[in-house]
Amino acid sequence: MMELEGAGGWGAGGWTGLSQSRLSRRNLLAGLGMGALGFSLSACGEPKGSASAAEKLNFYTWDTYIGETTLADFEKANGVKVQTSYFATNDELFAKLKAGNPGYDVIVPSNEFVTRMRLADMLQPLDMAQIPNFRNIAPEFQEADYDTPLPRHSVPYTWLVLGIGYRKSRVNGTPDSWKWLFDSELYKGRIALTSEAADLIRLGAKYLGKSLNGVDAATTKAVTDLLIRQKPNIKAFHEDNGQDLLAAGDVDLVLETNGDIAQVAQEDADIGFVVPKEGSLLNADTLAIPKGAPRAAQAHKFINFLLDAEAGKHIIETILYPTPNAAAKALMPASYQANPIIFPTGPGMENSEWGTFEGPEQARIFEEAVTRMRAA
Amino acid sequence: MNGTTDLRGGAAALMGLLGPPLGWFLMFFVVPMAVVWAYSFGTNEGVADIRISGTFANYARALEPLYLGILAKSLAFAALATLICLVMGFPVALGISFAPPRLKTWLLIGVMLPFWTNLLIRTFALIALLRDEGFINKGLGFAFGWAGFEPLPMMNNNFAVMVGLVYVHLPFTVLPLYAALDRLDRSLLEASLDLGAGHLRTIFNVVIPLAAPGIASALLLTFIPVLGSYLAPDLLGGADSQMIANVIERQFKRANDWPFGAALAFMLMYLTFIGIALQSLARRGREPE
Repeated sequence: MMELEGAGGWGAGGWTGLSQSRLSRRNLLAGLGMGALGFSLSACGEPKGSASAAEKLNFYTWDTYIGETTLADFEKANGVKVQTSYFATNDELFAKLKAGNPGYDVIVPSNEFVTRMRLADMLQPLDMAQIPNFRNIAPEFQEADYDTPLPRHSVPYTWLVLGIGYRKSRVNGTPDSWKWLFDSELYKGRIALTSEAADLIRLGAKYLGKSLNGVDAATTKAVTDLLIRQKPNIKAFHEDNGQDLLAAGDVDLVLETNGDIAQVAQEDADIGFVVPKEGSLLNADTLAIPKGAPRAAQAHKFINFLLDAEAGKHIIETILYPTPNAAAKALMPASYQANPIIFPTGPGMENSEWGTFEGPEQARIFEEAVTRMRAA
Repeated sequence: MNGTTDLRGGAAALMGLLGPPLGWFLMFFVVPMAVVWAYSFGTNEGVADIRISGTFANYARALEPLYLGILAKSLAFAALATLICLVMGFPVALGISFAPPRLKTWLLIGVMLPFWTNLLIRTFALIALLRDEGFINKGLGFAFGWAGFEPLPMMNNNFAVMVGLVYVHLPFTVLPLYAALDRLDRSLLEASLDLGAGHLRTIFNVVIPLAAPGIASALLLTFIPVLGSYLAPDLLGGADSQMIANVIERQFKRANDWPFGAALAFMLMYLTFIGIALQSLARRGREPE
């Protein structure tokens, strides 16, 4: 009898334990649901596309990419309140607008995404008569292969070049070749590369003496093999936070953009930047108006304001990026105009190229090559 | 008659009660999952469109050795992280279940407290801890600098990823374990101790068998989110730390190959379903006839 009861207790104990664990799983899932809700709420900082709020403008841009007082200045001058929301990658911008414009008036796509968004019919042609300040843009940036044929669908806002950010005291001389990142054991364990597949393969092609546009299968394979060989020497593939790794001393050489390195070099004189002599990839971020923008007229006014010399000066004072705005640059102090990181010179710059948008298939090939390299 | 009316009223009330959550579940869980599932049979057209063509090409690609290899490695990673979580979480859960009631509440809050901070911020906190110039290495350097201390390589490698995965998912193990252990019939434990079994023997021969279903739930509940983690390998990992969720994430973002990403994601879903099915089969096996 005692034993029977014991057995019953065993079973009951087992079952209560089971049902309790089921209950707690549900509770936990509910908790996770709350977490997801929190996420979606924070993602809900989207503008409302109501046309009645005509005094507002929805600006969709990168974080910390505007002057401290720029938006307030625009509101003061035009009575239009600019509401800002942020994206972290071009892909996020593209994905958000792919399903239809939720109410953004001005966006900041990079050059290759201007091509891609034009192909996908996601941008409005600009009425350049309403953007007279376009004359402030330096002549070499007024022509844009990525935004053809006319009419223009974008105006340049900043430009960038990829290169090697390095800690001067830990590197021999100037590491002015991609070799030090892609093909050398000298800085073993002190190198961080980007995790952007297209950038990696294209710059590898540059190192092999090819153009970074129209990279063929054989070159992709050669670069992948090169990177597989180099992988034991690489510490990390960073998520666009290479400047932080360099500043924190985690690595001594990093593949990054000049703008990002300039920001940390301002606080640390031991940080340098070079565009390797084989040449590199040039990028621009642009201002554009997406299809379905509720307030296109105000959007033109805002773009024109951002291209103004004074407004442009305020912007670059804050963000320290290279500007294509010649009038704004002329107002800046020599410490900016002659900054060798912000405006690099030399053979590297002469050999650099703009990347052209080569379609989704090429992007997939690059992505798979890098996945293969990372898995090797 | 009266009884029938009551019953109908009850049914209406039940529908009223169940309707909104069911509708929510259908609208925001089933439908999106169905859309992604449909994508996994789709083809990219142009720069922005996906046609649901019914192709199996995405699955064929997902079954290539490259991706199967990454999947196998991720499974091994997730299994190791889950095991560490179990070994670390079991004593914690046991301790909480035997704590005095007032303390118990505080300990449970302690386990859940990290959820109040965003995952990204917790991961960055780990970076601050583990990096070469981080708190641990700085502290050790301060203590042992005289002996020529070199910073321990704790960041940007698989060790860091494992620390991140275990740290983030430990509560997922502790809570269901606690739920199971707290419901144990204490008289059985006392009986075991009375009849001469030591503490360890009681744990292994009495507590663990009794809590087996809870342990299984804890394992599953930890393993699945670990397998889907991409933040830890991205931010803490080194050149070799790619996991399957990183590959999936990139398909939806940079590679812009949603159909392939959907196929890879649903490979994980199928695996998860199989895991849950196996678990319930095992349960049925234990069920007394």
